Amino acid sequence: MLKQIEGSHAVAEAVALCRPEVICAYPISPQTHIVEGIGEMVKDGQLKNCEFINVESEFAAMSVAIGSSAAGARTYTATASQGLLFMVEAVYNASGLGLPIVMTVANRSIGAPINIWNDHSDSLSQRDCGWIQLFAETNQEALDLHIEAFKLAEELSLPVMVCMDGFILTHAYERVDMPTQAQVDAFLPPYEPRQVLDPAEPVSIGAMVGPEAFMEVRYLAHAKQMQALELIPRMAKEFESVFGRVIGGLTRTYMADDAETMVIAMGSVLGTIKDVVDEMREQGHKIGVLGITSFRPFPLADVADALRNCKRFVVLEKSLAVGIGGIVATNVRMAVTGMGLKGYTVIAGLGGRAITKKSLHALFVKAERSELEPLTFLDVDWRVINRQLDRERQKRRSGPAAEAMLRDLGMVAAKIA
Amino acid sequence: MSLQPIKFYQTGTFTVGNRLLAPEERSVQANMQRTNSLNSGHRACQGCGEALGARYAIDAAMNATNRQLIAANATGCLEVFSTPYPETSWQIPWIHSLFGNTAAVATGMAAALKVKGRSEVRVVAQGGDGGTTDIGFGCLSGMFERNDDVLYICYDNGGYMNTGVQRSSATPPAARTATTMAVGDAPGNVFGQGKFVPAIAMAHEIPYVATATVADLRDLEYKVTKAMGMHGARYIQILVPCPLGWGTPSSDTIRMARLAKETGVFPVFEAENGEVTAVLKIRKRLPVEEYLKPQKRYAHLFGKQPRVDTIASIQALADKNIRKYKLLEEGI
Ligand SMILES: Cc1ncc(C[n+]2csc(CCOP(=O)(O)OP(=O)(O)O)c2C)c(N)n1
Ligand code: SF4
Ligand SMILES: [Mg+2]
Repeated sequence: MLKQIEGSHAVAEAVALCRPEVICAYPISPQTHIVEGIGEMVKDGQLKNCEFINVESEFAAMSVAIGSSAAGARTYTATASQGLLFMVEAVYNASGLGLPIVMTVANRSIGAPINIWNDHSDSLSQRDCGWIQLFAETNQEALDLHIEAFKLAEELSLPVMVCMDGFILTHAYERVDMPTQAQVDAFLPPYEPRQVLDPAEPVSIGAMVGPEAFMEVRYLAHAKQMQALELIPRMAKEFESVFGRVIGGLTRTYMADDAETMVIAMGSVLGTIKDVVDEMREQGHKIGVLGITSFRPFPLADVADALRNCKRFVVLEKSLAVGIGGIVATNVRMAVTGMGLKGYTVIAGLGGRAITKKSLHALFVKAERSELEPLTFLDVDWRVINRQLDRERQKRRSGPAAEAMLRDLGMVAAKIA
Repeated sequence: MSLQPIKFYQTGTFTVGNRLLAPEERSVQANMQRTNSLNSGHRACQGCGEALGARYAIDAAMNATNRQLIAANATGCLEVFSTPYPETSWQIPWIHSLFGNTAAVATGMAAALKVKGRSEVRVVAQGGDGGTTDIGFGCLSGMFERNDDVLYICYDNGGYMNTGVQRSSATPPAARTATTMAVGDAPGNVFGQGKFVPAIAMAHEIPYVATATVADLRDLEYKVTKAMGMHGARYIQILVPCPLGWGTPSSDTIRMARLAKETGVFPVFEAENGEVTAVLKIRKRLPVEEYLKPQKRYAHLFGKQPRVDTIASIQALADKNIRKYKLLEEGI
């Protein structure tokens, strides 16, 4: 059914259609509307057979999820930013124990300085935590990926993180096609756990593992993600047959066939990039796009395949590996090792900085002309940075940096060129 | 025929021999059908109070629930010594997640059982004092406040024993630990305000709070059984002497627990909905020295120049417990 609704509510409805049995809720923007939406459905009886638990922290949220999943219930939670970091120990624990929890991360930056706006720092900080990470480009995809996530998680006994851009998607009212309960039921069977705390068949879960088996246990975690590489495309096909919609498999390309320049990105910014590519195509530029849906497992072969015929690639990412450059870019480079491609890393949109078509257009043209630096920070105000560096050179007690830079900027408002 | 004295109590204890009791009054452990939930072969130190306490508590909970019990366990000695896989001592469904999240994991387990309609299966969470009163305190308080259907058992040995006897917020004043060294002007742990979690649990007004020691195992069984007959958040803190951390002979574990109770150092009571309903009275009041002296963790109080001031302060704390919880029949 077609609906014009907020991204968060679309996700809430989709999660409800998956018949979750335990939901843990803790507020943090921009995720909050999702759990509020589900909570309301539980409270008014629309979503039956579901325990909605208001926990006291994100660490508790993930811990409650661990307990309920281990006791055999289909379990969901959502978080973002500081909340994801607050639950990290339990995040690793959930995947280590092989519990198929599904969690939405409404992507938001990480402080300090505290900032509520969108980038991918939160999810990407957890890239090695053992969860599957899927990134949504649109609200429709966010909704669809949640339905896929439960099936994927339960088939593999691995937790899945569905990542959607905070505010840009979560708070955007868009038209979505909401599936019916019958469709979701046809796609997603009831949860049949591999391991469960059941007095009829007592097991010990979470024992200490020493050097004698730890490597093997960890390898298995990797092997499961490799299984996911095969499973995700298969599941995407199955999804299409039930819902009549194409959802992201591992990656997706746009105008890629004859592209000499390939732009690689994740999430909603792909929309803006495609608009720019459309314009540039009209002007005769041979430019295409590779969108990565599955960041974990990382589809090395698909990425290499997509870039096989291009001359250069630009990774545009909303994250920063401080001290080296890009996170997504590092992964992409791994995929194209030995292919002799020129690669550029562009850090953009941190903390909600707008990524404009104008800036992207100029950026891509520069890449085509080999005028781009290997590592570029898109649209940063060098005056502000240099002034602060200057201040620190001149004065030992230069004070708190972020506050000084804000003061230099004067008016605190969105500065969009 | 001359009179034959009959011993109703085991020598030196107040424990009634089982054979003299009606079958229904006998201890769970005395029953051939006991579950051995924490089975033999685990790797606790000899005389470990925590192993003893856990065995009695979980067997009692199993008995009370018709063996429909699942447990969450915090990181700590109990977890480490019971599951050196592929050996596990647990005969019940058991999960260890993390050090500081056990109460929350148990909340999740209880929620899953509820939604699955398995009301006959009950949930126990257990952890050491560190995992309970320090790092797991947030999750514990959350579980209390929501009144989740979980019995949380804290095995209080007064320190982080698994990592080598460091101070926790349950470490008593003046006690030596690896991080409250017996050096300087005020050797051992500081005299703070104390963090007695049973009292904090009561402040949450949860249905049931109790303390117990491994000296009164029948009392412990009774309290666990009572707790399992109730619903909502319940909390039992068991004093479990640790021969390694306390510096006491393995054979003295039960004696130490009894001395803690008989000196008033550890009040043993029950509370319902935030109000004390029963206390285990002191039978033979003893000065705190009797409790302190045998423990190497207090050795610095009994050197060439005994720290009478410190001992007096500890006595004052015990006296306060006695007053507050009315541990003596006639008060002091
Ligand atoms: C987050 C975290 N911090 C620290 C540790 C290390 N650690 C493991 S067990 C333990 C001490 C446990 O003390 P307690 O809870 O009192 O249990 P006991 O061993 O005394 O029975 C510590 C500090 C850990 N496992 N996880
Ligand atoms: S260190 Fe103490 S608590 Fe740990 S096993 Fe030994 S006696 Fe028990
Ligand atoms: Mg301890």
